Amino acid sequence: MADPMRIRAALAGDETTVRVLMSHPMEAGTRKDAAGATIPAHYIQDVEATSNGKTVLKAMFSGAVSQNPFLSFKFKGAAKGDKVVVKWVDNKGDTRTDEAAIA
Amino acid sequence: MNNSRRVALKTTGAFATLVSLGIITQSQAQAAVDRTSFQVKTLEDALKAIGGTAATSDQVSVVSPDIAENGAVVPVGATSKLPNTTEMYLIVEKNPTPLSAGFMIPAGTVADVQTRLKMGQSTNVIAVVKADGKLFSATKETKVTLGGCGG
Amino acid sequence: MKKSVAKRLLVLSAVMSVGLTAAHAQGTAAEGIAKYREMLADGNPAELFEMKGEELWKQKRGPKNVSLEQCDLGKGPGVIAGAFVELPRYFNDTGRVQDLETRLITCMETLQGFNAAEIAKTPFGRGEMANVTALATYVATASKGMRFNLPQAHEQEKTMFEVGKRLFFARGGPHDFACSSCHGVDGGRIRLQDLPNLTKNPGDGVGFAAWPAYRVSNSQMWGMQLRLNDCYRQQRFPEPKFGSDATIALGVYMGVNAKTAESIVPAIKR
Repeated sequence: MADPMRIRAALAGDETTVRVLMSHPMEAGTRKDAAGATIPAHYIQDVEATSNGKTVLKAMFSGAVSQNPFLSFKFKGAAKGDKVVVKWVDNKGDTRTDEAAIA
Repeated sequence: MNNSRRVALKTTGAFATLVSLGIITQSQAQAAVDRTSFQVKTLEDALKAIGGTAATSDQVSVVSPDIAENGAVVPVGATSKLPNTTEMYLIVEKNPTPLSAGFMIPAGTVADVQTRLKMGQSTNVIAVVKADGKLFSATKETKVTLGGCGG
Repeated sequence: MKKSVAKRLLVLSAVMSVGLTAAHAQGTAAEGIAKYREMLADGNPAELFEMKGEELWKQKRGPKNVSLEQCDLGKGPGVIAGAFVELPRYFNDTGRVQDLETRLITCMETLQGFNAAEIAKTPFGRGEMANVTALATYVATASKGMRFNLPQAHEQEKTMFEVGKRLFFARGGPHDFACSSCHGVDGGRIRLQDLPNLTKNPGDGVGFAAWPAYRVSNSQMWGMQLRLNDCYRQQRFPEPKFGSDATIALGVYMGVNAKTAESIVPAIKR
């Protein structure tokens, strides 16, 4: 299974700010290795964040997103202790789901 | 609706008709961008894939540094103060495939997202948002430099 | 007559404004870079390595199938908080001064049964050496915000400081460089990188207080061993062996000089 994400969710007022660090090589498929062969594309394509069963963000990434992607977003309507679940799927079908409680 | 049908509908131009006929719901219609959009090679094609020309708006901003020490990791984000912002896109004009990321913003989520993108060279970064079904954009230049030997 | 004077004044003011613009551009570039680094600090991918390191610290591993939770990093078995800012230091059980990375490998050998020599030979970023880097990131992060306070009580600690100082100023290699060539002056700079003066306390979060760090240019986590290795490589010196006395002595020299500087590890670098 892929390496875990780091998710931090903090409530301030009525807004929860979520910061996610995903562990992924994010190979665009355009680089060449030392021998001149193209390094195959391997990158996260879809990210979905949910809280209390409701989708709070969907993202589509391209290979232009940096290695070990960072994602930050804000949403309303959650309380301390609620869980934020983040799931990513990459172009090879690998996936990773992690969650964090809102602090 | 699966992806191949969506692609087929788009290319035949029946998409808009189906929306107006109420056969496809607004939320399905709203996901205008599919995987192929991320392969287009020019800014113009990226804008077309998103849905056409966007009006510049001072309610939309690109959040990015003026100068990046290294093009491999450049913080880029977008904010929109327009009500009912449902989609946000980040375009890096000079990248080989300019459309870099897209975000679907459901009700209750703030139109304020940040990520990090790769930039091959100094370039304009364009944020395009869809609010109330219409497109708006903002542009900011980010210079990319190679910092040097240390650090 | 008037025309040529006017022309000269115009040229002069043009040259001056270009000079001023260039100076202004340099200033603005420095501000811009500072802003870029600030934006990156929130959400440092080093945290991914820290997480991995924590897992490795607690996991039963190696031929002896034991965790590292009894590893003594200088403040007693299992004590992580504050250990990083007192390293390198002398250890009774090995009879030598060790830095964080070599001490971790000692623990991996004595507690878990790994072969220390094998790990030391493994290239950075591979196999167990990659695990050492993750562990070092985890341990160092536990001292984030604390101030460096390396012990200089034991004879060997004092000797290593003096050895480190000699090495710091020893010029050699094809370019006749020493560490001091880049890091021996105030206000030095290579292109856009400021060069901290490591002959004294260069300030909080700078120099010795900034490694291990995540380098965005190659998405790698670098500990001090790799940082020193690369410094030697850049000077076109032969690269030092992992954990050599030379690298540890330099660590003692820089660490003692950095006394009271605040550690910001894990840092993020270009």
